Amino acid sequence: MWAWFHKWSSPRWFYQLSGRVLPWLAVLSLVSLVVGVIWGLAFVPPDYKQGNSFRIIYIHVPAAAVAMAGYLMMATAGAISLIWRIKLADMVVKCAAPIGAALTFLALVTGAIWGKPTWGTWWVWDARITSVLVLFFLYIGIIALYEAFDNKEAAGRASAILALVGAVNIPIIYWSVEWWYSLHQPASISFTGESSIHPEMLRPLMLTISGFYCFFGWVLLLQVRNEILHRERNTRWVRDLILQR
Amino acid sequence: MNLELCWLLLRRELLVSLRRRSDLANPLFFFLIVCALFPLGLGPSPALLAGMAPGILWIVALLSVLMASDGLFRADFDDGTLEQVLLSPVSLYLTSLLKVLAHWLLSGLPLTLLSPVLALMLHMPPEGIPALLASLGLGTLVLSFIAAIGAALTVGLKRGGVLLSLLVLPLFVPVLIFGSAAVQRAVQGMDSAAPLALLGAMAALFLVVAPLAIAGALRVSHDQ
Repeated sequence: MWAWFHKWSSPRWFYQLSGRVLPWLAVLSLVSLVVGVIWGLAFVPPDYKQGNSFRIIYIHVPAAAVAMAGYLMMATAGAISLIWRIKLADMVVKCAAPIGAALTFLALVTGAIWGKPTWGTWWVWDARITSVLVLFFLYIGIIALYEAFDNKEAAGRASAILALVGAVNIPIIYWSVEWWYSLHQPASISFTGESSIHPEMLRPLMLTISGFYCFFGWVLLLQVRNEILHRERNTRWVRDLILQR
Repeated sequence: MNLELCWLLLRRELLVSLRRRSDLANPLFFFLIVCALFPLGLGPSPALLAGMAPGILWIVALLSVLMASDGLFRADFDDGTLEQVLLSPVSLYLTSLLKVLAHWLLSGLPLTLLSPVLALMLHMPPEGIPALLASLGLGTLVLSFIAAIGAALTVGLKRGGVLLSLLVLPLFVPVLIFGSAAVQRAVQGMDSAAPLALLGAMAALFLVVAPLAIAGALRVSHDQ
C-alpha cells in the first residue's frame, strides 16, 4: 500500500499515470454533462410551482455540491502535504483553489438568478447562501496567500495550513450561520416547501452532479500536470518529454 | 520548572510590549474613533444608535483586533528573535500560545474594559453591558488566536496588511455572530448564556488547536 502511495506521490509517475486517466475523465464528464443538461432542460416536465425556472438546479446544485466537496478534498491534500511533506499535494491545493472558487461563484450567481423569479429577490441572507458566500471568501484567501509568496514551495505549505484551518472552521461557520438565521429571521420566507424531489427530475440531476465531479477531476488533473511540468522544468525527464514532442 | 518557564516567556512578551506604549494605545484609539464615526454617518438619533450598538461595537472591536495583530510577529521576525526561538529547545507550541495570551492581555482585555464607555456613548441600554463585557472578553481571545494564525502566515511577506484581512475575516464570522447575539439578547431581556457558552467552547478549542497552526505557519514563514 505504501509503495503505491509513494509511487503516486512522485510527480513524474503522477504525470504519466494521470495521462492515462485523463481521456476517460474527459469523455465521462462531457457525456454526462451534455446528456444531463439536455435531458434536464428539454425533456423533464416543468415544476408545478416554479414552472420552468426550476431547471437551473441542473447547474446550481452540482456546482454547489462540487464546490463544497472540492474544499474538503483540498484540505485533505493540505493535510497530506503537511504530514508527509509531499510536494504533489501542495500542487493539488494550489490548483484546486481557483477551480473551487469558480464553482462557488457559479453556485452563487445561479442561485441569485433562481432567487429572482422564485422569491422575488436576487439575494436573501439565508443561512445556506451566507455559508456558501463565506466558502467563496475562504477560497479567495487561499488563492491570495499563494500568490503573495515568491517562494512557491513555502507558498504551497502556507496555503495547506490555511486550508486546514478553514476546514476546522467550516462546520463552526455553517452552524453559527444557521443559528444566526433562526435567531434573526422570522419564518417570513418559506422555501417553496419541496422536501422531496420527483424521481423524474432527480435522474438528470444525478447525471449532472456526477458530470460536475468528473469535470472537476479533469480540470484539476490538467492544472496539476501543468504545474508539475512548470516546477520540474529543470529535470531531465521533463526535458526528454519536450524533446520527444 | 515548566511553569517557571511559562512565566518567564510570558513576562518577556509583556515587557517587550509594554516598552512600546504607542503600539498598545493605537488599537484602542482606533476602536474609539471608528465607533465615533458611526453616529456621524448614521445620524445621532438615540433610538437608531441603541438598536445598532451591539453590532457596531462588535464589528469595530473585531477590526481593531485585526489591526493590533498585524505586527504580532513582525518585530521578532525582523530582529532574528524568531530564529532563536526556533532553534531553542522550548517547544514552539508553548511560545506561540504564550505570545498570543500576552498579546490578548494587552490588547483584547483593555479593549473589553473600554467597551462599556462606548456602549453608553452609543446609547446602548445598560442591561447589555455585562453580556458585552463577557462576550468581548471571550471573543477577543478567540479573535486574537485566529488573527495570530494569519499574522504568522504573512509575517515574511512585504505587504501583509490587506492580505491578512482577506485570510482572517471569513474565519471571524462565527465569533461575530455569537458575540453580537449575546449582547443583543441581553439588551432584549433574554438569556444570553447559550451564545456565551458557544464562545467559551470556541475559546477552549482555539486555545488548544491554534498554537499548532501558528507554530507550523511560523516555520513556513521562516523557511522561505
